[in-house]
Amino acid sequence: MPILEVEHIRKYFGHTEVLKDISFSLEQGQVVSIIGSSGSGKTTLLRCLNFLERPDKGVIRVNGETLFDADDAKTQQESEIRKKRLHFGLVFQSFNLFPQYTALQNVMLAKELLAKELPNYKAERKKIHDEIEAQARELLNQMGLADRMANYPHQLSGGQCQRVAIARALALQPDILCFDEPTSALDPELTGEVLKVMKELAEQDTTMVIVTHEMAFARDVANHVIFMDDGHILEQGDPMEVFERPKEERTRQFLARFTQG
Amino acid sequence: MEHILEQLPIVLRALNIGFLQTLKLFFVTLIGAFPLGLVIAFGSMSRFKPLSYFTKCIVLIVRGTPLMIQLLIIYYFPGLVLHNPVWGGGETGRFFAASVSFILNYACYFSEIYRGGIQGVPIGQEEAGLVLGMTKGQIFFKITLLQMIKRIVPPMSNEIITLVKDTSLARIIALQEVIWAGQAFMKGSQGISGEIWPMFFTAVYYLLWNGILTVLLGRLEKKLDYFK
Ligand SMILES: Nc1ncnc2c1ncn2[C@@H]1O[C@H](COP(=O)(O)OP(=O)(O)OP(=O)(O)O)[C@@H](O)[C@H]1O
Ligand SMILES: [Mg+2]
Repeated sequence: MPILEVEHIRKYFGHTEVLKDISFSLEQGQVVSIIGSSGSGKTTLLRCLNFLERPDKGVIRVNGETLFDADDAKTQQESEIRKKRLHFGLVFQSFNLFPQYTALQNVMLAKELLAKELPNYKAERKKIHDEIEAQARELLNQMGLADRMANYPHQLSGGQCQRVAIARALALQPDILCFDEPTSALDPELTGEVLKVMKELAEQDTTMVIVTHEMAFARDVANHVIFMDDGHILEQGDPMEVFERPKEERTRQFLARFTQG
Repeated sequence: MEHILEQLPIVLRALNIGFLQTLKLFFVTLIGAFPLGLVIAFGSMSRFKPLSYFTKCIVLIVRGTPLMIQLLIIYYFPGLVLHNPVWGGGETGRFFAASVSFILNYACYFSEIYRGGIQGVPIGQEEAGLVLGMTKGQIFFKITLLQMIKRIVPPMSNEIITLVKDTSLARIIALQEVIWAGQAFMKGSQGISGEIWPMFFTAVYYLLWNGILTVLLGRLEKKLDYFK
């Protein structure tokens, strides 16, 4: 069974249809890259997955459970959405770290707030806190930030910020981790360090949906590539197929722009 | 010279009483305008258009006209036009009218500062919190509130320093604040008349009070300097 199934998603902003019948699925441990030109709806799709936008049509299922069905109001209750979001993580292009917290606190905050809802929180406060901190330190280590944990975001480089943001998303152990152009705000030399940790995550079988303009990364790391154009999925499949032998003229034009540049 | 030394205690006693009234007006204005400003800020940000136009209109009028005119109108309008002097007579009535004018005026200025602070926090902060499964309340108290305060403190400090000096405007409705007390010795009071020097002491009161506030508010700003 696929871990993620997206079926016939449509999204309108006013009268403009921004997502036009989007369907794809994703297996556990796989990485899908979404490529496509500006305005094709890539961000909107990720925002729909994370319930920051509400699709007007379609179904989103995770592990067979229907999280969202546009035709079923029961799946759209505000009170449930917060919990459903936890199936997904989202790494933003602009990091969106919390400036008043250190790297370590950024990674711990959400988990600590969630822990307060545990029935045994009052009794085992200290133990729970220590576990969360240990896990956060471990994640930051893994991101190569062992010596940056006590720094505030403004004291970190863009690449370091983005790695903190990845650790922050991983701390909640989402089923599917989404990235929206995670390196687009970074200088070329900082892009590499972020792509490197993402590649490591892929090797550890983290299920990921990655919107990116890094074509080499999409080709080499992803198991599946989706090419979006004007709200449609124009072409999808094995990265080698899509990159080497694109079926659609639009895909060919799009890829040509990158291989030339 | 020696008569100044004799008169000094009399003058200082009068100035102290006046300055107490100045301080009272200062603190009453802040206590009233801090929350009222927030209410006005939410009004002007309301999605209910008539409410937001109405509050924006009020803010425009209050910020676009001198506080002195507002003081005169608020103090004299009820008595002269409505024949119903709601403020009552004497110093208490004047203080009451002055407080209402100052609170309304400063609340409008504060509302714009609040609005800037609230809207200045990037939407991405809230979205990051949502994606991490936080509730709206957690997002407000744990993430956005402090960022708003950091944005609000510097412009608010400027307004507070201005308020110290603005309290002197209440003299126009004869509120017996510190300048009124100092000026009394020019006209003649308690056996002292035609003296300008008490005015210099009056200025020192303002200088000291503003100095203290500047240091305190500067410290607060510094405290919030640990993040950007
Ligand atoms: N909140 C919104 N209101 C109205 N229109 C929007 C909104 N968000 C996005 N759009 C429109 O939807 C379309 C798709 O936008 P989206 O941000 O999903 O594209 P994208 O593929 O992520 O582009 P980019 O590569 O530039 O990030 C665009 O035409 C955009 O103008
Ligand atoms: Mg985008």
